[in-house]
Amino acid sequence: MDLTADYLGMTLKNPLVPSASPLSEKIATIRHLEDSGAGAIVLHSLFEEQIRMENLELNHHLSSHKDVFSEAQSFFPEPTQFHLDPEGYLEYIQNVKKAVSIPVIASLNGATLGGWTDTAELMQQAGADAIELNIYKITTNPDQPAAEIEAEYVKILKSVKSKIKIPVALKLSPYFTNMANMAQRFDDAGANALVLFNRFYQPDIDLETLDMRSDILFSAPQALRLPLTWVGILFGKVRADLAATSGIHRAEDVLKMLMVGANVTMLCSVLLRRGPAYLKVILEDMKQWMEEHEYESVQQMRGSMSQMNCDNPSAYERAQYIKSLQSFKPQQ
Amino acid sequence: MSKEHTMIDGNEAAAYVAYRTNEVIAIYPITPSSPMGEWADLWESQETKNIWGSSPTVVEMQSEGGAAGAIHGALQAGSLATTFTASQGLLLMIPNMYKIAGELTPTVFHVAARSLAVQALSIFGDHSDVMAARSTGFAFLCSASVQEAMDFALIAQSATLQSRIPFVHFFDGFRTSHEISKIEVLPDDTIRQMIPEDLVHAHKARALSPDHPVMRGTTQNPDVYFQARESVNTYYDQCSRIVSGAMKEFAKLTGRTYAPFEYAGDSAAERVIVLMGSGCETAEETVQHLQAQGEKVGVVKVRLFRPFDSAFFLSVLPKTARTIAVLDRTKESGAPGEPLYLDCLSVLAENQMNGEKKFDCLPKVVGGRYGLSSKEFTPGMVKGIFDHLKEANPKKSFTIGITDDVTHLSLPYDPEFSIESKDTYRAVFYGLGSDGTVGANKNSIKIIGHDEKRSAQGYFVYDSRKSGATTVSHLRFGPKVIRAPYLISQAHFIGCHQWTLFERYDILKHLLPNGKFLLNSIYGPDDVWRYLPGKVQAQLKEKNAKFYVIDAYKVAKESGIGSLINTVMQVCFFAISKIMPIDEAVREIEESIRKTYGKKGQEIVDRNLKAVHGALQHLHEVNTAGQPLNGTPFAPPIPKEAPPFVREVLGTIVQGCGDDLPVGVFPIDGTYPTGTSKWEQRNLTQEVPVWDPDVCIQCGKCAFVCPHGVIRVKAYEDKHLKGAPQTFKSRPAKDLDWKDLTYTIQVATDYCTGCGICVDICPAKNKSKTSLKAINMEAELPIRETERENWDFFSQLPELDRRRIKSESIRQEQVQQPLFEFSSACLGCGETPYIKLATQLFGDRMVVANATGCSSIYGGNLPTTPWTHNADGRGPAWSNSLFEDNAEFGLGMRLSIDQQRRFAIELLLRIRNTIEPGLVNALIESPQKTEADIYEQRERVELLKKQLKKSKQKEAERLLAHADMLVKKSVWIIGGDGWAYDIGYGGLDHVLASGKNVNILVLDTEVYSNTGGQMSKSTPKAAVAKFAANGKAMAKKDLGLIAMTYGNVYVASVAMGAKDEHTLKAFLEAEAYDGPSLIIAYSHCIAHGINMTTAMQNQKALVQSGRWLLYRYHPERGKAGQDPLILERPGKKISLEQYMNMENRFKMLAKSHPETARYLWEEASEELQLRMAFYEYLATFRKNSAKKPEPQNAEVK
Repeated sequence: MDLTADYLGMTLKNPLVPSASPLSEKIATIRHLEDSGAGAIVLHSLFEEQIRMENLELNHHLSSHKDVFSEAQSFFPEPTQFHLDPEGYLEYIQNVKKAVSIPVIASLNGATLGGWTDTAELMQQAGADAIELNIYKITTNPDQPAAEIEAEYVKILKSVKSKIKIPVALKLSPYFTNMANMAQRFDDAGANALVLFNRFYQPDIDLETLDMRSDILFSAPQALRLPLTWVGILFGKVRADLAATSGIHRAEDVLKMLMVGANVTMLCSVLLRRGPAYLKVILEDMKQWMEEHEYESVQQMRGSMSQMNCDNPSAYERAQYIKSLQSFKPQQ
Repeated sequence: MSKEHTMIDGNEAAAYVAYRTNEVIAIYPITPSSPMGEWADLWESQETKNIWGSSPTVVEMQSEGGAAGAIHGALQAGSLATTFTASQGLLLMIPNMYKIAGELTPTVFHVAARSLAVQALSIFGDHSDVMAARSTGFAFLCSASVQEAMDFALIAQSATLQSRIPFVHFFDGFRTSHEISKIEVLPDDTIRQMIPEDLVHAHKARALSPDHPVMRGTTQNPDVYFQARESVNTYYDQCSRIVSGAMKEFAKLTGRTYAPFEYAGDSAAERVIVLMGSGCETAEETVQHLQAQGEKVGVVKVRLFRPFDSAFFLSVLPKTARTIAVLDRTKESGAPGEPLYLDCLSVLAENQMNGEKKFDCLPKVVGGRYGLSSKEFTPGMVKGIFDHLKEANPKKSFTIGITDDVTHLSLPYDPEFSIESKDTYRAVFYGLGSDGTVGANKNSIKIIGHDEKRSAQGYFVYDSRKSGATTVSHLRFGPKVIRAPYLISQAHFIGCHQWTLFERYDILKHLLPNGKFLLNSIYGPDDVWRYLPGKVQAQLKEKNAKFYVIDAYKVAKESGIGSLINTVMQVCFFAISKIMPIDEAVREIEESIRKTYGKKGQEIVDRNLKAVHGALQHLHEVNTAGQPLNGTPFAPPIPKEAPPFVREVLGTIVQGCGDDLPVGVFPIDGTYPTGTSKWEQRNLTQEVPVWDPDVCIQCGKCAFVCPHGVIRVKAYEDKHLKGAPQTFKSRPAKDLDWKDLTYTIQVATDYCTGCGICVDICPAKNKSKTSLKAINMEAELPIRETERENWDFFSQLPELDRRRIKSESIRQEQVQQPLFEFSSACLGCGETPYIKLATQLFGDRMVVANATGCSSIYGGNLPTTPWTHNADGRGPAWSNSLFEDNAEFGLGMRLSIDQQRRFAIELLLRIRNTIEPGLVNALIESPQKTEADIYEQRERVELLKKQLKKSKQKEAERLLAHADMLVKKSVWIIGGDGWAYDIGYGGLDHVLASGKNVNILVLDTEVYSNTGGQMSKSTPKAAVAKFAANGKAMAKKDLGLIAMTYGNVYVASVAMGAKDEHTLKAFLEAEAYDGPSLIIAYSHCIAHGINMTTAMQNQKALVQSGRWLLYRYHPERGKAGQDPLILERPGKKISLEQYMNMENRFKMLAKSHPETARYLWEEASEELQLRMAFYEYLATFRKNSAKKPEPQNAEVK
């Protein structure tokens, strides 16, 4: 059985890819994931703020109490050199590349156009096989029109693309008025893959302390539907590869995503909850299902249930929504 | 060979040579010498090599005594070894110095000479310390400038190897140690040529080695000790010649000529001054000036003070000298004169007695004192002395630079006299410590000094206050070498970087006519004039000054560099002063920004570059022509209601005019009144907390954590509200015990530093707008007057009867009056809330022994001090002895009080028949455990006193003098971790073992905070600190565990930000325990690299991570068969890594040494788990091993 998957111009041994998460912060865990069968690994994200703000913070703490008192002209010894981000991250890419043989996708996370995008070039030099560019933006300014925001997304992508030769996967928010149009524009701007979708951080409230709570929830199985819908719609309509992410917890979820057209499926919550070894379980279940249903390859099923190829294309659209509402019978 | 120049200070200059010529360096921080050790440590961490291509071993010791011991050992084992110190540190080295000299061991100790603690501590410069060490047998070589600090460091190293006599190389603390000057750097080749390899080998050959064993340090008896002591004489006889030779050799290599004594001035001088140190430069320049005016004057500069070469000294003195003034920068009370004076006098007298008679007639020799504690020594003073020497009978033991209205020893001088060169450009800058002014000026000096045709000098006067500290920078630039080790009194340029400084300094006093004045102002060129104080307007007019303004904070903010206005003001200085073409200056500034900030990321570079250009765009000249003189006058620094001493003496110091105070106004024994900080309203902040009584739940936490005691709580009867100002806030008290009372939280806004820690801790949120709490930061200026009025009203409200307060409840306890208020500690200080708490609980019966350190500075630094008293006049009595002896000092207080109490009881029993029946027993048997007990005992003592006063018996008189000792006195021994873990640990241990009833409060910041964040044994593993640039490799010492091993010591480990009730309980238990108590109180600090506003959250995370354990070890529980250790387990747990990532001291290691950080963090994590498990075991040992276990952690009844 051929489980190989094509993604970003590379042939992966299977379509199971652990996504950017704390799981990839330690080389030992990455090795474990590789041993469990991961087709590639997306490293944890290097954030735009990390590159800009952490350095500012360091400078602040080193300089804010300098030359203040007669007895203490400073409070820290100042080394001649700092290994600032992205330096640490780049070194990590190198070490991961030495440690594993699966493709390593570095992840760069930002929201504005700026010098931080230069980091992509450094990631390429450090040996990353590809870059996942995560444009994570929550616009709260009511004066900023959507067109402006959309244009900035494209500019950021172009800026990164112009600096590197390795492929770029763009991880996206679903909150565009016309997702298909945006997908098309990113495709035109040179995105090698679209990763659908980013899960946005949504705060909670602590009723006792009246604090905003910032813990991140694991994805629920229902989260699967959104990427499933859009991968299904976009398959065959864009040149870029499609990666599905969110709510993929079981082999069945993987299979569904492949069928709607995903090149690869990204795993996160399930591995955080059950550990890296669970990837092997998903892989084995997937193989077993394919055997039982006599599939020869991943390629064979890819896109088979997409809007383009399924027997009911309207299922992806408004008509199906009306049908499903009409078929719903409230409990008596 | 081309000569390399650099801009450095005296400390770095001396350390530069010391590092290159030694193999082992033992260090210990003490101002002003700490930077020498810091440089050595930093160079070692960077693997900088000495002249033999190897990095010296740099080790921090537990005290200067330890450093001297380590050096002694290193020398004996054959290494070249050195140390750096000052003041009390040098005193602690004296025993070893005798040994090292007695064994003829070559070494050089580099000393930034500083005052000794006498009637008060002073960190500033004079020769008291080196003079106290002059009999050790060391040679003493004194450098007078930054260049000499480097040169003499090498000459001393060379001479010690040749002579075998150990050297103290010293220079004036601060004046030379901290002056930045352009000097010529000694190349390694020159250093090598001055250090003969054969002498190094000879030193090593004398070392202790089992391969050629000898013994050194025998015990000798009356038969031989004396003779053996005399055996070294020839070495001392040759020393001066050797130093002279080394100086000649040095001159050949560098072109700079020195001699053990140097004379400058008229070869036929009649009046001569002899002195040493930086004053030589001032004296020599003044002599040249006076000589040019035809005066026959001269100066002898003493370089080699010990061994004193009489012949050399005589040889440089002109035969024509008729009167000689020998100046000492020290005071030796009770002596016929100060040391240098006596030396010179004896040499001259001997010369006359021996018949060698250099002089036809022995000149009149007088001794004088100058410059104690960095008191200015100016050309005017030098001239004043020379003028005085014209008199027939010049004063013996005169002083210069002060007004002595008691013994009238001071000489008059003209403070306006100036010899400043016309070629020298002089600029003075006034700033706040936190605004980067000094940093910018240091940078400007480097930029200007970089030009080989220019010399530059910078000297910085710092405040001792830790919040709102001011800085004054004095910069000179010119074509010739600048030799002016005194402050600028006539400036071409004055920069005022903070508007508020107008109220503290006479900013324009020293501006020359037609000078330039730059002001950082929120008001633009068209508006600024009308906001200027009247005096400033008048001065600008009188001096015909050119006046410029810039809104530097606006430019800095817009550039993204926050409140650091350094770059902005620096650019303006160059633009206005035209000291170099502005384009060139901007290029240099940009280059220096890239160099300084480049390693910290491009973003910071970009932001500073933006500020450079913004500065030029926003700089404006103000048209002063035709402007009216309509400014407002300054308010007096101290309100007129203050007591006369506070107003007239302390007020003068507050105004920056302490130099003008005469001798007679000062207390003779260093005794000052408490309760003075309230008279100095500093208005340091633009935002202050404001109470919202409708949201408040009256928990008292805001007041509990307030570092400056500005948030106050009172519960009082409603009737007292009569006459309250309209804006005064109050609500019915919520506490069920106080249903009859009214409750107010009042902020003393005049004293607030705006740290915001109160707002951060407040748990009550506004139900309609949760961004607001029960206390919120608001602009200070609009409410200044009303809140001042409210504070005055609040202050006169009665304190609640302490018998109605349950001390164990924070909300009630916070009503107790703090007797520690408005200190000058840092914004958000983590130490002061603990001290304040102790004074609230026990202040009216507290005696405090305070170790030197932050707490003695913010607690005892003039002009005004925070320890205060209540309305009855009772409050903490406070004293600071030394750094190293604080536990013993406090024990002495305990012994003394106990002894007096015992004597009082004895007297009471002796005369019991004359006292009211029942009173005697009640006085003796009162338990004095509660506030009520103490109240009643005080009543009894008053009654007793009344009865005693009627008696004529001697015993009754004696008892009257001791009667107050019948009321409980609570002895508190307070200090930081540098004291408790390191320098004072031996004493602390002994006091713990004494079993006596003392309360020891360790304010544990985990570094030497006061001297700039050097590592102590309390510093946790993996933290970066000075002397631990690569992260501390050893774990933190577990002081609490060590103390627990005695079994009879009450030990508590607290962190108020993590659990305030636990802290309160620990303080109450510690004080109640009749034996030694040790409270180790975690204190966050600016040296941790944290946001001080949210520092209590760091404490919470610290405890949640397990790095800090909250516990109380109560010996009485042990006696009751329970587990004496009560461990408080945090509800929520976080990883050590999560906590460490909150503090720069840990995080920066990951950025400077990622590999080291990785394994140190892992080790720290493992050790933490082990420690937690061990404490769990201790806390449950008896419970787990007993057949019928008692309830876990039941409280002692």
